[in-house]
Amino acid sequence: MSHHEEEVLGKVYDGRLARRLLGYLKPYRHVALLAVALTLGASALQLAGPYLTKIAIDGYILRPNLGGLNRIALLFLVFLSLQFSAAYLQNLLVNWMGQKIMFDMRLEIYRHLQRLEIAFFDRNPVGRLMTRITSDVDVLNELFTSGVITIFGDVFTLAGIVVVIFSMNPRLALVTFSVIPFLFAASVIFKIRVRHSYRRVRAAIARINAFLQENITGMAITQLFGQQRRKFSQFAALNEEHRAANQQSIFYYAVFYPLAELIGAVAIALILWYGGNEVLRGALTLGSLVAFIQYSDRFYKPISDLSEKFNTLQGAMASSERIFKLLDTPVHLASPRRPHLLPKVRGAIEFRNVSFQYKENEPVLRNISLTVAPGERIAIVGATGAGKSTIISLLNRFYDTREGAILIDGVDIREMSLDQLRQSIGIVLQDVFLFSGTIADNIRLHHPQITLDAMQRAAQAVNADRVVEKLPGRLEHRLGERGSSLSAGERQLLSFARCLAYDPVILVLDEATSNIDTETEILIRDGLAKLMKNRTSIVIAHRLSTIQNCDRILVMHKGEICEAGSHQELLRQRGIYYKLYQLQYKDQLAATGTNGS
Amino acid sequence: MTHSALYRLLPYLKRYRWRVVWGILMVLCTNVFALVSPWILKQTIDMLTRPFNRSLLLWYAALIVSAALVEGIFRYAMRRILIGVSRDVEYDLRNDFFAHLERLSPSFYQKHSTGDIMSRATNDLAAVRMVLGPGIMYSVNTLTISIMATALLLKISPHLTALAFIPLVLVSASVKKFGAIVHTRFQRIQEQLSHLSTQVQESLAGIRVVRAYNRERAFIRQFEECNQEYLRRNLSLIRVSGLLYPLNALLSGLASALLLWYGGRQVVQGHMTLGSFVAFVSYLAMLTWPTVALGWVVNIFQRGAASMGRICQLLDAVPEIADRDVAPVSIQGAIEVRHLNFSYNGTPVLHDITFSVPATSRLAIVGRIGSGKTTLLAVLARLYPVPDGVIWIDNTDINRIPLAVLRSALGFVPQDAFLFSETVRDNLAFANTEAGPERVREAARVAGLEQDIEAFPNKLETLVGERGITLSGGQKQRATIARALLAQPRILILDDSLSSVDTHTEEKILTRLGDAARGCTTVIVSHRISTVQGADQILVLDQGRIVERGTHPELLGQGGLYADLYEKQLLKEELGVES
Repeated sequence: MSHHEEEVLGKVYDGRLARRLLGYLKPYRHVALLAVALTLGASALQLAGPYLTKIAIDGYILRPNLGGLNRIALLFLVFLSLQFSAAYLQNLLVNWMGQKIMFDMRLEIYRHLQRLEIAFFDRNPVGRLMTRITSDVDVLNELFTSGVITIFGDVFTLAGIVVVIFSMNPRLALVTFSVIPFLFAASVIFKIRVRHSYRRVRAAIARINAFLQENITGMAITQLFGQQRRKFSQFAALNEEHRAANQQSIFYYAVFYPLAELIGAVAIALILWYGGNEVLRGALTLGSLVAFIQYSDRFYKPISDLSEKFNTLQGAMASSERIFKLLDTPVHLASPRRPHLLPKVRGAIEFRNVSFQYKENEPVLRNISLTVAPGERIAIVGATGAGKSTIISLLNRFYDTREGAILIDGVDIREMSLDQLRQSIGIVLQDVFLFSGTIADNIRLHHPQITLDAMQRAAQAVNADRVVEKLPGRLEHRLGERGSSLSAGERQLLSFARCLAYDPVILVLDEATSNIDTETEILIRDGLAKLMKNRTSIVIAHRLSTIQNCDRILVMHKGEICEAGSHQELLRQRGIYYKLYQLQYKDQLAATGTNGS
Repeated sequence: MTHSALYRLLPYLKRYRWRVVWGILMVLCTNVFALVSPWILKQTIDMLTRPFNRSLLLWYAALIVSAALVEGIFRYAMRRILIGVSRDVEYDLRNDFFAHLERLSPSFYQKHSTGDIMSRATNDLAAVRMVLGPGIMYSVNTLTISIMATALLLKISPHLTALAFIPLVLVSASVKKFGAIVHTRFQRIQEQLSHLSTQVQESLAGIRVVRAYNRERAFIRQFEECNQEYLRRNLSLIRVSGLLYPLNALLSGLASALLLWYGGRQVVQGHMTLGSFVAFVSYLAMLTWPTVALGWVVNIFQRGAASMGRICQLLDAVPEIADRDVAPVSIQGAIEVRHLNFSYNGTPVLHDITFSVPATSRLAIVGRIGSGKTTLLAVLARLYPVPDGVIWIDNTDINRIPLAVLRSALGFVPQDAFLFSETVRDNLAFANTEAGPERVREAARVAGLEQDIEAFPNKLETLVGERGITLSGGQKQRATIARALLAQPRILILDDSLSSVDTHTEEKILTRLGDAARGCTTVIVSHRISTVQGADQILVLDQGRIVERGTHPELLGQGGLYADLYEKQLLKEELGVES
């Protein structure tokens, strides 16, 4: 996600993490075993090629036998097709397994996220959580596909070569093997160096990206203060470090590949020199000599692969640690084991001495007590930061109160099931959140029992049908990301329809403050009145019309309810409400269209 | 996709033309020596089939190692030179890219998202670099080794060459064919991944709606479907991509089988020696990699051309604001605006604005959100283009003043207090890097930031931002004021720059600012009356027009918009609301 995230280095192997990772493999263990078997089979078949060449040379070419040559070529073909089938099947199985495991993990992470409480999302930015579910899971895929199983193949290939050439001529085999330690050492040193310079490159590119990001955002400042030249030289310095890091890595590559080839050439030279003498002594056939040369060619790949695995393991450990940490985050807020189920929710609400704070020593609500009778309509008013929205969050149990209790029909909401609690409450937030998808998806939020007909009726009741009808495809119209094509007023109307479609006993509404044109404003006012009808309603009001539609007004100030009563009563008191009225609502009387806040 | 955009790389390569020539020469030398050792192998094996001189064996072995050594040296030089040049060109291109970004005006940045620009500077540049490095190196390499090895193969046995080439052609064709299928399937995976990401992103950003409507299960089900589709598309890719490697192994194996069968025959029938047979196998193996690489290289060029096109789009963007017919001037600070109309993206924002500010006097602008205050300031700083004859500084048309002169005379404090992730000192002395600690501290004192700085862990040397301390909104605003002061401006412009500071502190800062900026023309925008009441002239903007103008007492007397704003301000203070 972020360009700034630099690589975190970690352990290469951690037993606890590895065991847990292995647990994900368990459902597919038969597939994994089959894949290992196929890997071994494919390696073995691959080793047959040079040996068949040896037989052909010794048996049928140097001692001419065309029929035998035909047979050997045919056998070669058979082995080839077997090897091809085994390799392809192994590839399919391993990747299928890797993909299934990733599928399982992503689902598990997502499920867990859907259980975690809102407070968790306040602490963890969405971008970071996305990284867990995408990039981190992808890194693990590499572990399962190219990691664990190919190690078997590589080790087996090496071992196979050793066995075969030993059986042909042990002395020459030893001579040939003498290059392996050099090849191995060169590979390991190369991989370590390259990893180091790769990190340097990554760090340099991360710095370049961070610098670019920041300076594109702050370009106007640079230009206003005429600092382009200085900023450019800073950028050029970062760019230079990136180039230097890359030149270093080019150096390692430029040295290693020729070196590996040189070691290979030494092996061939040794085989020719020592093997040639053995041929002369009659201790080795010419075919074996050729086979030796071909086998020595095959050392390189498995050795290089093996030294690569270090990286895969390290990356997988770091990613799995992050994933498991997320999966291990305990769920603090959940339904009680044995919830108190109300046969029918009537909608009486009581806040009993509720205090709340998001952060230590920054109280947002102080000792709030209020009761709302079923069907009563309450308006809450107050300046920004008075704690109004927190009341909604607490009622819906997005957070739990530390002190005091909230009751619905006399039952503490912590004793109710979350399902029943949230089904009883319909919520309309200030900032209407729309998902990309159709209008219908956004109204019923994938609830199968809400029919098209019901949605249409709901939309009609709250005047949202005017919005829907304007769109091509109506309810089936697809919204872009976050429904950005709709105006604030239109979004508000859709959210009313969403709320009504769910037909809640209690309505909780945080009125939008954004400017809305007169026509929509009237539609909203009317729709809202219909939505509030026959429902216990708590409205955080910003419009005078909304306030006047309510039975009772509560005035909040700095986390406390300091005034309560009807509009006229409160005006007469000449207290905070009076001032708020002067500040926010008075203008609305004059012109319905302008929202003077 | 045309390759024409790649021609734009030629001027860059030209700077390094001799190194490119050397590099290509190294490729040739490398390949010549690579072809030596199979030939020696052939000699050796042929020698082994008849009586021979033992010492020759050692001689041949030494020859093989020496050839490999020389080849290795050339190969080393080839990589260092050719890949090195690609990194040098990348460096030049990236610098040019940034330098051009510095020339482009704010309107450009409003049309292009940061993410879009970033992806051109990173992903696209990387794709272009692949053309310059591996792209060029491997195409030259493939070409030369193919020609040379084929010539040798033909020399050994034309028939056998023809036969062995059948599987090789198939390898090349299969790489190309599969490459295309893999590419489309991979794109379908990327599309689904982007769906999946959007879904996760939205359902987490909208988590309150999901919880409030009790829809967790439905969203999990939806995610599961999306995840399932992602799985399906991945598996469909694997079915093809998983075939690629085994198929190549099969085809090149097929070449070996044909070789064994037909070549063996040739040896038996005496048309070919055993050594030639072994050398033939080696040369053929040399050709396998270039044939596989061919499809890959074509791909690199295609992607690189597309990416270079995207980079050029940006490099070709013309800066909207640049010096044109400028005259050398020095700025005292008198501002005059005559009938300024300004539209932004076709929407009129400012109408018929006319006012004048004598040098060193103080102008204040108030108005509701969206009344055009910020736009007016931006136009004064020439962040947006204006027609000739509308804005005059010291009786010179703003369009005739060199940008560098104009900007160095300005001390602009923007609404959104942007700081760089450098030290506090670097940020304050942004426009005046030579300013000594005394001057920096003095500016900080005026801006009311002195005590904050004392409390920072490393005082002035504390890093700002993610890697250092995070400043509060008020601290950032005060830092940007100090930054503007240190620029030693003739005209100080403050765009609602004290909104996150409480009124009490604001008053103190304003008083000190009045002293420190005594010689400056000051233009201050605010929606707070307390900020503007001391100004020599106040303009009230509403819907892009000046609706009232005068001093504080005059405007209060008029009982219009200004008086109304003032009354509300007092109410807010009584309610204890900061806004």
